[in-house]
Amino acid sequence: MKALIAAAAAVVFLAMAGASAGAVPGGTAAITVVLPYFAFLTLSVGIAWRVWWWAASPVPYRIPTTCGQQRSLPWIRTAPIDNPDNRVMAAIRVAIEALVFRSLLRNSRTHVAAGRLVLSEARLLWLASLVLHWSLLVILLRHLRFVLLPTPFFVPPLDALDGFLRIGAPALLITDVLVVVALIYLLGRRLVNPLLRYMSLFTDYFALLLLLGIAVSGIAMRYVAPVNIVAVKEFALALTAFHPVVPAAPSALLLVHLLLVSTLAIYLPFSKLMHFGGVFLSPTRNLANNSRRVRHINPWNSPVPTNTYAEWEATNADKLKLAGLPLDEADRVR
Amino acid sequence: MRPTVSDKPVIDIELNAPKGDWRDAHVELRRGTFSNASLPKDLIALGLPNPRKWQPTDLDWQLPADWKGILLRGMQERLAKYRSFRLFMDVCVRCGACADKCHFYLGSGDPKNMPFARAELIRSVYRRYFTLSGRLFGSLAGARELTEDVVKEWFYYFYQCTECRRCSIYCPFGIDTAEITMIVRELLSLIGVSTHWVTEPAANCYRVGNHLGIAPHAFKDALDFARDELRELTGLDVEIPISRKGAEILFVMPSADYFATPHYYTLLGYMMLFHEIGLDFTVSAYASEGGNFGLFHSNDLMKRLNAKIYEEAKRLGVKWILGGECGHMWRVLHQYMDTMNGPADFLEVPVSPLTGTRFGNAASTKMVHICEFTADLLYHEKIKLDPSRNDEYVVTYHDSCNPARAMGLLEEPRYVLKRTCNHFHEMPAKTIREFTFCCGSGAGLGNTENLEMRLRGGFPRAEAVRHVREAHGVNLLACICAIDKATLPTLMDYWVSGVQVAGVHELLGNALVMKGAKERTTNLRGEPLAKEAANA
Ligand code: SF4
Ligand code: SF4
Repeated sequence: MKALIAAAAAVVFLAMAGASAGAVPGGTAAITVVLPYFAFLTLSVGIAWRVWWWAASPVPYRIPTTCGQQRSLPWIRTAPIDNPDNRVMAAIRVAIEALVFRSLLRNSRTHVAAGRLVLSEARLLWLASLVLHWSLLVILLRHLRFVLLPTPFFVPPLDALDGFLRIGAPALLITDVLVVVALIYLLGRRLVNPLLRYMSLFTDYFALLLLLGIAVSGIAMRYVAPVNIVAVKEFALALTAFHPVVPAAPSALLLVHLLLVSTLAIYLPFSKLMHFGGVFLSPTRNLANNSRRVRHINPWNSPVPTNTYAEWEATNADKLKLAGLPLDEADRVR
Repeated sequence: MRPTVSDKPVIDIELNAPKGDWRDAHVELRRGTFSNASLPKDLIALGLPNPRKWQPTDLDWQLPADWKGILLRGMQERLAKYRSFRLFMDVCVRCGACADKCHFYLGSGDPKNMPFARAELIRSVYRRYFTLSGRLFGSLAGARELTEDVVKEWFYYFYQCTECRRCSIYCPFGIDTAEITMIVRELLSLIGVSTHWVTEPAANCYRVGNHLGIAPHAFKDALDFARDELRELTGLDVEIPISRKGAEILFVMPSADYFATPHYYTLLGYMMLFHEIGLDFTVSAYASEGGNFGLFHSNDLMKRLNAKIYEEAKRLGVKWILGGECGHMWRVLHQYMDTMNGPADFLEVPVSPLTGTRFGNAASTKMVHICEFTADLLYHEKIKLDPSRNDEYVVTYHDSCNPARAMGLLEEPRYVLKRTCNHFHEMPAKTIREFTFCCGSGAGLGNTENLEMRLRGGFPRAEAVRHVREAHGVNLLACICAIDKATLPTLMDYWVSGVQVAGVHELLGNALVMKGAKERTTNLRGEPLAKEAANA
């Protein structure tokens, strides 16, 4: 509970700071110019550093977790992706993991009822995660129209697709709804499921609440208190062209949105939000299960003391003779 | 030893909402739920640090003065050596997908047995000493001080993980708590904290050649005994060559196969098969252990014990190696041996002398699993079977964790089973193959003092067996693992009585039609065959 309260307080504090920044001298400039640049720098350097930190470490053993039949005898049907036999298949395995969250799809619920073990289907976590991540991607791509000129060719059709329900004006974008629903679900299960509540940390709540704050402030700018899109676009384009212009009297919502997004960017490389690295780098997923066919090299294969045959024979010679078992020693004497 | 009825703990399984804060490291060591400490003699024999007389229930564990420094430097070293460790310390999102997947959580209801909770026990220490946020924000960032209580907690919970990898298949990032357990056990071994059930077999294996410490002459006696028994059973002289130079194949099995029941019947099965097909093979008195309890202690110890297999293959001048039925042994052979002690360039790519099948999947290690070998024989119709000799059995198959999740050896044993018996039924889909539930006694936990926790950990597996017992009258649980054979009988007795445990090659031995053999009236256990029983 403490973690949740701290996380909520942090997000509320940030939002309030954003909302009131316009009233402080230099506040607008800080949030619209200084912070975005700093955030972008931290994000890029941070991610590069973290990925390098993981990728630079050695992989001494080939330890894939196999989730299907191995390749052994030619007439046995294998599971070529869940138990990849070569690098290409392992790469496909990783791609499927990254794109459709293969492992979460396996999920089931196991519990004990009246002393019996009960297994049941559980796909909601998979669905919510998939919806969240894909919606975030679409939303990110849609935002390219603010920072790139000309607008990339795929953005208008994406917008159209996203708004295909044609409800209200401006048209309701499905991803806006989905992202909020998914976030609320993920937050809700953390609070309702006692096992998750027991384990959840500040960072677990903070990440969800921060994303929720970003989504809500963004949605409000579109539907509730519309901002001047043209002005926002001019401001953003100037920012990306490195000729920043501090907007005159920006809406408080925009400041909140910018502050929260910048916080996310700064926080991301140092937080659990770097989890995507795990999908690509995890030695249990990205290696082929062919360790008996192709030797894996351990770069630091350090020597260890062993009990060699000669030493073993010397200590056990009497017993070997007693049992009439052959000795190498005897060979040498003969 | 199998416990008698009066030893039976009373176990109620209930999963309640966790109470308290997981950061509180204090554990209550309850009898029946932990293993005894290593004895000094075994640590000395293996040259391991801090040998002393102690028990986990002692207040003072007699840790070395600089225990904290040793552990932190050990962590630092392993963060540099293992990408798995470095990554798994960072990327968990606590989504909880793994939470209810661990048999120890399901059987004990102890929230610290949830895989992600188990991992947090060290992750919190990692945060405190190796990350900026942990140093700055402490417990708010999920960081914990490394204290003696934490050491005791690690000992308790990382010896309540059977390194089964079930959690890993559900994790979106492939986080393998078994890998974390292996590393924490390795860390604990640096300050002399380990268990008797792991280090004694390891010391025996190192000095004498096998876990049980069976000296060469006793090893020979055991095999002679099997030869006599097979003569009685089949009327044939089934020779078992020991340390014979120039044989084509070195056969390596877990030592329990020649010294424990029901493993022993599997040994009979292998030997009948080798005799029938006229295999040019030898076993070894030096490499008389395929199992490797080093795996449950540290990677170095695993490597030290494993080294003798290649050394012996080279000395005997065999062409390739065949391995018997054992789960953790195959984890080592499949994923570690070649990397650790290879290259096996003095051996040849395994080719079945009967079918000519080239085992390309073992082209580098040169070691083939007996189920692969036998399935190939059966596919090519090289042996004759009479499955009706197994008619008294209604069989189901337990996938051992390691062959399932660290190899993918799923179909081969099933193929052999379906040819050797007429009545076979699978357990529910979510409890077999890659989803298999552990026996609850692997990774060095299969001792008597830990019995309650074993029975709890084996509960999910037992429940799945009960399901097929009720639905199809299953009375035999087949498996290909020495630890399973040692511990599943106890588990079955407790939760689902009336189910026996057998190796796949025991059933093969029952069904095998041997040239020149006398009519069989009993199975390998000496029990009358179903048709004999019907006639009587
Ligand atoms: S499934 Fe993986 S990411 Fe999720 S809680 Fe478990 S270990 Fe962490
Ligand atoms: S490896 Fe097995 S025993 Fe260990 S935490 Fe995972 S599921 Fe539990």
